[in-house]
Amino acid sequence: MNGIFIVVTVIGIILISIRNPDAVIGVMLEGGTNAIDLGIRLLAIYAVWMSVLNMLEKSGISKGLTGLFRPITDRLFKGESDKAKGYISVNLASNMLGLGGAATPAGINAIKAMDKGGTTATKNMVMLIVINATSLQLLPATVMAMMSSHGSERPSSIILPSLISTAISTGLGILMVSLKREK
Amino acid sequence: MAAYILPAVFVILIIICAAKRINVYDCFAGGAGDAMRLMYTIFPYILAIFVFIELFRESGMADFLTRALEKPLSFLGIPPALAELLLLRPVSGNGTLAILEKLFEEHGPDSYVSRCAAVIMGSSETIFYIAAVYFSSTKIRKLKGAVAISLAATLFGSIAACFLCRFL
Repeated sequence: MNGIFIVVTVIGIILISIRNPDAVIGVMLEGGTNAIDLGIRLLAIYAVWMSVLNMLEKSGISKGLTGLFRPITDRLFKGESDKAKGYISVNLASNMLGLGGAATPAGINAIKAMDKGGTTATKNMVMLIVINATSLQLLPATVMAMMSSHGSERPSSIILPSLISTAISTGLGILMVSLKREK
Repeated sequence: MAAYILPAVFVILIIICAAKRINVYDCFAGGAGDAMRLMYTIFPYILAIFVFIELFRESGMADFLTRALEKPLSFLGIPPALAELLLLRPVSGNGTLAILEKLFEEHGPDSYVSRCAAVIMGSSETIFYIAAVYFSSTKIRKLKGAVAISLAATLFGSIAACFLCRFL
């Protein structure tokens, strides 16, 4: 992350300065302001979803979910604690349903539960990130809603290709991570 | 019909909690408190990514890379009109929704290009955001190829998406 960040910010600032040096601060503040807008909306979303997660945990329902996902989590996340597997199960389930607001806090908690204080990501952590970052969504609801609002005659025609290409990207991602050697 | 699932799940969950004598009110307040602490740790990373996105777009780097990507993409079977979408998808969810909107307007929502774009959008994620935010509460800075693997897998998924949209 650090490398890409340095390259893009340095080149970006230089390129903008060549055209108009006064614009640099404005552009950076614009980014910051967008982040605040999103941050406030995310805070509301996470507040609602984390209280739901809270209830799932206290009522013992998340234990059931953990059991449901055990065949997957035991295979892909060998050697992790039950607590971590619980968060991973909630994260995977929310991702499948397209509930990003629930998936992110669960994913963060999962990484925290897998963390032993080092500075390098373990293979299991990389696996979780890759599975999340290649999308697990079963029904692209937002995109379909956008298509119908633009007058599409059959927004449902994208469901099958989306499922297949999600399966391909996630499958490939899992394959690439499992082929990596753990140091 | 599907719209009722989520509200129904909420109601059932609250009733189950009430039946088990769990303090629902405290659960809600506790969750909101957790969210505030979470936001406190992840917000700096969100802000850094947004400054990054803004510099990337406003400096013309995004345009330059979009044009540079068009040829190699069409070689892979991806319409050149999707270069901008593919480039910004890993960094910005809202940014790509705006691009998708533009594509729907220009080409119509049922055109080949728009359907490819919709499938790519629905089968990919904001990779950089996930990588940054998920590790934000740890000391981990070496991601061991997580971003590279996700980007490569997403590219293959996108090639597959454009191929599938020809038939399906």
